[in-house]
Amino acid sequence: MGSTNSTLSKIPNVEELVQETGFTPAHIVRLYDRFEALDKEKTGHLRPQDFGAINRLAINPIGDRIIGAFFSPGQETVDFHSFVRILAHFRPADKKRPKDPSMPEPVNSRTSKLKFAFQLYDQDKDGKISRAELLQVLRSMLEMQVTEEQLESIADRTIQEADLDTDDAISFEEFRKSLEKVNIDHKMSIRFLR
Amino acid sequence: MGRSLSIIKRCSTLTSLSTRQVLQALVLSHLDCCSVVWSEESQGTGNATEHTITTLPIVIWKWEEIHFPYLVALWVLVSWLCKLVFQQNPCLTSVIPESGLLICIGWVLGGIIYGADKVQTFRLQPFTFFFYLLPQIVLDAGYSMPNKLFFGNLGAILVYAVIGTCWNAATLGLALWGCWLGGAMGDIDTGLLQLLLFGSLIAAVDPVAVIAVFEEVHVNEVLYILVFGESLLNDGVTVVLFNVFNAFVSLGGAQIDAVEIIKGIISFFVVAVGGSLVGVVFALLITLLTRCTKNIQIIEPGFIFVLGYLSYLTAEMLSLSAILSCTFCGVCCQKYINANMDERSVSTVRYTMKVFANGSETIIFVFLGISAIDPSIWVWNTAFILLTLLFIFVFRFIGVFLLTWILNQYRLVPLDFIDQVVMGYGGLRGAVAYGLVLLLDENTYKEKKLMVSTTFIVVYFTVMLQGITMKPLVTWLKVKRAAVAERTLAEKLQNRTFDHMLVAIEDISGQIGDNYMRDKWNNFEEKWLYWLLMTPFARKSCDPIFNIFHKLNIKDATSYVKEGERRGSLAFVRNESKADVDFNKNEYVSFFPSRRDSVPSVCLDMHEQDLKMRESEDFDAHHVLQQHLYKGRKQHRHRYSQKHLEVSKDEHEVQEIFQRTMRSRLESFKSAKMGVAPPKISKHLKKDQPQKVREDCTQCDNMYVVYLTLSGIVNPAFMAEMDTMDPMPPMQQIPSWLAEAEVDSSTVAPSQRAQLRLPWTPSNLRRLAPLRLSTHSNDSFLLADSPATQEGISEIIGHVNLPSKSMDSVYLTKPIP
Repeated sequence: MGSTNSTLSKIPNVEELVQETGFTPAHIVRLYDRFEALDKEKTGHLRPQDFGAINRLAINPIGDRIIGAFFSPGQETVDFHSFVRILAHFRPADKKRPKDPSMPEPVNSRTSKLKFAFQLYDQDKDGKISRAELLQVLRSMLEMQVTEEQLESIADRTIQEADLDTDDAISFEEFRKSLEKVNIDHKMSIRFLR
Repeated sequence: MGRSLSIIKRCSTLTSLSTRQVLQALVLSHLDCCSVVWSEESQGTGNATEHTITTLPIVIWKWEEIHFPYLVALWVLVSWLCKLVFQQNPCLTSVIPESGLLICIGWVLGGIIYGADKVQTFRLQPFTFFFYLLPQIVLDAGYSMPNKLFFGNLGAILVYAVIGTCWNAATLGLALWGCWLGGAMGDIDTGLLQLLLFGSLIAAVDPVAVIAVFEEVHVNEVLYILVFGESLLNDGVTVVLFNVFNAFVSLGGAQIDAVEIIKGIISFFVVAVGGSLVGVVFALLITLLTRCTKNIQIIEPGFIFVLGYLSYLTAEMLSLSAILSCTFCGVCCQKYINANMDERSVSTVRYTMKVFANGSETIIFVFLGISAIDPSIWVWNTAFILLTLLFIFVFRFIGVFLLTWILNQYRLVPLDFIDQVVMGYGGLRGAVAYGLVLLLDENTYKEKKLMVSTTFIVVYFTVMLQGITMKPLVTWLKVKRAAVAERTLAEKLQNRTFDHMLVAIEDISGQIGDNYMRDKWNNFEEKWLYWLLMTPFARKSCDPIFNIFHKLNIKDATSYVKEGERRGSLAFVRNESKADVDFNKNEYVSFFPSRRDSVPSVCLDMHEQDLKMRESEDFDAHHVLQQHLYKGRKQHRHRYSQKHLEVSKDEHEVQEIFQRTMRSRLESFKSAKMGVAPPKISKHLKKDQPQKVREDCTQCDNMYVVYLTLSGIVNPAFMAEMDTMDPMPPMQQIPSWLAEAEVDSSTVAPSQRAQLRLPWTPSNLRRLAPLRLSTHSNDSFLLADSPATQEGISEIIGHVNLPSKSMDSVYLTKPIP
């Protein structure tokens, strides 16, 4: 694997990354190794095909959406910084962070995590989950046995439950509200190895 | 571990026979027919042969000569018939666990025998139990163990097994000693060490009982593996504690000093680690053997059993932990032998193991019942018995809560309160404790009978009472919790989405769950072990995606044939017109293993709730969501079951998702090439402006080709077209099964399923035919039909599958020539 220091030196702007994402240098080194393992052609960027090479994503119903989430709109490649930034969403929240309103919201706070989840639904990035978008997600997460009518009725009910301003779409605030009882930190964190 | 040795030694000292003679006598007296009867009969036999015969006997009554095997066979038959008896009444089995019912029948039988003979002629002997009845249960447990789950939770399991058992033993022994000192038990002749020994043998959770009871209560995977793993691994501790305290008691209290205690601790490590190593060595032997048995496939299964049994016996011979050895033998070899052996052998092994294990378990419980009906072994001391019961219960819970609290600091997914309660309540004691207690020497342990009686009561209490109340308890706890927090649809959906999301992120970031070690192990395994232990063919089929691909093809082939049969014959293939193939759902449901309506994992409550909500409209949506959401990887139900040989139901789910993903990727690639927007489900075929960036194309081609291959259709002619970027709109050359067909009035409206995945119907193939330039058909359909061309698939996959460490390169290949 090479010593941490030598790998660290290969990564530009490590300190900035550490600051922004809260990963330790050791984490970043591991992620860099992973990035390089995925980047077969050594271009320094990842493309959708590289993600597609991960077998297990093919059997994940929302695998392709997650891949899409790594790419900012319009961009076709992901560099290491963006890679780490996205993954930082899944760091367990720091329990002892002082609430400092002047600092920008850290990337792994509850709100940021929810925003990430929201973006998975909201593919056209208009700030709302429309009925059609919800239908798409439902379709991909439910078995084939479920008929169109059942799907639509589920989607309708879901929107009904969550939609407070009756605009037939779920905004971020409504989304957040519908999930206030869920322990987002547990549900959206993975333990990163050093 | 010296159990056998201790019996033999004891007997030889008592009777001053040589060890060998004792061994012989032991083997011959398994069913422990009354020794008086035995000697009489042997004399009788001797006499009989000395009789001179006066005339040719046509038929002789030969009972004396064959009575031993006859009785054995008869008892096995009777035990299994008991099972048959109460299976007639399913309501009974849903309330009382089978093990409980078997014990009851054992009581009845024991009563009959006792009534007839005035003495209990048949009892469960420790030797029989430990050497003829237990090994197959343990081997089956190891062989069917869900390895990923087991090793993933190994830390927690070890904590519970080692520390938990020590805690149980120590607290029980000390508490009983305290009560004895306090005079609560009256006047019994025992001491601290003896009570500690008793504590250690009764403290261990029993694998047989756990399997028997948890079979019927469907708890979630993690919980199950924790209790079950604990019950298997605590044998290491139990053996050590038993031997250590036994030795201490013989040495006498005065001889115990620091050295002895240190030796005791060292012996723990030796016994536990040594036992596991023996198991691993035997697993290695089995795997290497299966590598070479291509030509004697008929005995292949036999090797597994013999070597598994030998691993048990070898560990026993070396006084190491036999259960650990057998468990690890099964655990380590399962993956490789399943890959190496022929499918029929694998089925045989699996099924036979279950037959043996289940059979043994039945016999054990029946005899546990029978052995109790014997007044000569019962000594009743209310205080002792009740106190034991109480302490076992209480200390188990305390131990579990304490340990879980500590563990939760380190676990990513903490164990919640209900799980802990179920774990505490699931600490069942069983036949292992009974076997151990019978091994005690009567002269050293004056109160042996009391201990035996107590053990009986404890076993009955845990197996029957706790077994009966386990399911209601689980249901009750969950219902109570669920009523407090009723989840909305959005929450449910989102929860599942989170699960999938986490799994995806774990895969992307390469952090599999928690285990850097697992990654390293996988690499090591792929590099060395596969080469060493598996046949070349088996190695190839290890790739999970290949397996899915293979299964999908088989499924398609089966549906093709089925459709042919439905229409009379496969002759309809030649029909040029579009086939009126109506792949409506009904016909296909039969291919998917029917979703048994057993209560899914943790959610007993949801089931209840759904029933309650039947009136309201909400019912539909919640119910459908509950039933049909794809389960994330973490949520799959536990597959270990002693009674049922289950194919995991999530396989069809995986296949569906895989198909869908491939399809959408295909479409998005297609659109990327053509410059059209990603197609919706039902239209298009726009002839469109060419194209996009050319550089992308070579990549795209490769990907496209690979996706095509993996979707089962390889059409070299087609691919050649793509490569040259023919200006003619390639759309027309895309086989129409790929693109969504214009809705033709003559075709039946495709079902939901068909819309998403247009089946590869024979008629569609027909349309494909003119495009083929090569005569060699690479189409998976036809390939699947003819076994000779299986090699074709593997060759293609061989191209596709660049052997590499991470196996991630399945999708990136050199172009297929």
